[in-house]
Parts: sequence; structure tokens; C-alpha cells
Amino acid sequence: MKSAVIVYPGSNCDRDMQVALRKITGSEPLMVWHGDSDFDKVDLIAIPGGFAYGDYLRSGAIAARSPVMREVVRRANQGVFVLGVCNGFQIVAEAGLLPGALMRNRDLKFLCKDVHLRVENAKTAFTSHYAGGQVIRVPVAHFDGNYFASDDELKALEDNGQVVFRYCTGDGELTGEANVNGSMHSIAGIINKPGNVLGMMPHPERLIEDILGGRDGRALFKSLLKTFPLAA
Amino acid sequence: MKAKIYVTLKPGVLDPQGKAVAHSLHDLGFDDVADVRQGKYLEVELTTPDKKKARADLEEMCKKLLANTVIEDYRIEIE
Repeated sequence: MKSAVIVYPGSNCDRDMQVALRKITGSEPLMVWHGDSDFDKVDLIAIPGGFAYGDYLRSGAIAARSPVMREVVRRANQGVFVLGVCNGFQIVAEAGLLPGALMRNRDLKFLCKDVHLRVENAKTAFTSHYAGGQVIRVPVAHFDGNYFASDDELKALEDNGQVVFRYCTGDGELTGEANVNGSMHSIAGIINKPGNVLGMMPHPERLIEDILGGRDGRALFKSLLKTFPLAA
Repeated sequence: MKAKIYVTLKPGVLDPQGKAVAHSLHDLGFDDVADVRQGKYLEVELTTPDKKKARADLEEMCKKLLANTVIEDYRIEIE
């Protein structure tokens, strides 16, 4: 699998993403600087966490209009896979690749903690190594993760199985307290209808080996590897 | 010419920051405060003297960048 990680001024999870892709997919990702919209053909483009362009105006707003992102949108529309994590989710939503918006957390606090997620759809190319309904533990670190979408958009997401991860308790229950940032329908991650763009607030790339405190993020990258085998 | 742009959350979109400001105003004794909605105010200097073109450009600016129309409305005033 060939992959690229987009690096913005203010990205801070780009190296974690690089290590996760290298260790699990077995090939070195391209690190693409934000001003460079002419990069090699890849199977997956990862938009990492951080505070791209300082999150001025709105989280992800400026980054979503950058030259490299126009290229990412063009490729995504051709079927190239895109993974947006945390700030990357905000950026792909701002760029219109996914519906809805990420607003200020309900309790107005920056959240930096491990949360439990329930895998709602294990049939996507990003989640096939998880089991449907499986509860995983992954860290979040964000101020603007409160997912909002219109009633029509929410209904479409639910009807099409586009909700991929929800915040839950350790037992997989959906509660107000477990929904750490106040997201509508406890949404932590969604996928577009064609299934090639996933956005999620939690950080699977931060939990890929025991020394990091767990391995619950590994399956996401393994799933992608299944879609794009090394030989391809 | 100068344009003033107000970006506000759409009705019905929860505004936790506005709520926190309202609470604080209550704490200060402003009991008549029923609700607060927080937004953004931008001033844009334009070089064109053509107000019609300016308004059309500002509309595009709001739609493409200054507001996220999923959650926000905008209002443009040209001086």
C-alpha cells in the first residue's frame, strides 16, 4: 500500500501517523508539505491531527482551502482513500468531503484522555479487522470535536451505515457522559457514501503498540492493508 | 471601501460558548439576560469602487471561507 501524510504548519500528529503507516503497512509513507500539490500517486492520503494554520477562523477552515487539499479532494472524488484524524477530520469536513461540522466541545474543555468507541460498521475498508459492535479504547485530544449535522444529514448517515464509530462506555453503552464532547448521536467517526473517506476525532495512530499503552488502533491500518495488499 | 461581515450560528445550533457567557452575565447580576449567541465580526478592506462587484465577491468569500454554512449564517454590510 502506498500512502501519503499531508503536513501543514501546525500539524503535530504527522509523525505518529508516519510511524503507524510504516510499521503496519510495511511501506514508507510520503510526507507531503502543504504547499506541494504535485505528489506521487498513492492509495491512501492521511490528514493528521494538529492545529493546521493555527486553526484560525475555524478548526480546519484554512487548511481545507489550501492547494494540497484541492488536490486531495480531486483524488478523493476519483476514489483514492482518505483518512482524516482529529484536525484531519475537521479539515475533510470543512473541505466538504464529509457532511457536518465539528464544533466546540459541549463542556468547553480541551479533552485529552482515552475514550471507548463502539465500532458501528465493521464492513468498511477502514474497519474490516474490527468486529461489528466491538468496543475499543483510543485517545482523543481536541477542543472542537462536537459533531453537528442537520437532521436530514444525520438520517442519511444512519440509514446508510455511515456512522463508523460512536463514543460509548467500556461496556459499549451509549450514555451522555460517555459522549465526551456532546456529539450528535455520539458520533466519533463517519465515512462517506462511496466508502473511501473516513473522518474520526479519536487517534488510532497513537495506539498501535503496547509501549504506547495499547494496540486498539492497529486494526484500522491492518484493514487498509487488506484493501491494498503490499504486492499491489 | 470597507465591508463589515457578521458570522453567527444558525438558529437551533447549540452554542455552548454563548451559554457560558450568559451564565457569567447572570453571575454578575444581569438577570434580564435571556440568552447569548456568540459570533464573529470581520472587517474586509476592498480596493474596488464598484459596490455591486464588492457585494458579489463578499458573498462568495462568505460561502467559500468566512462562514461554514453548515452551522453558520452571515450578514454583509458595505460602508
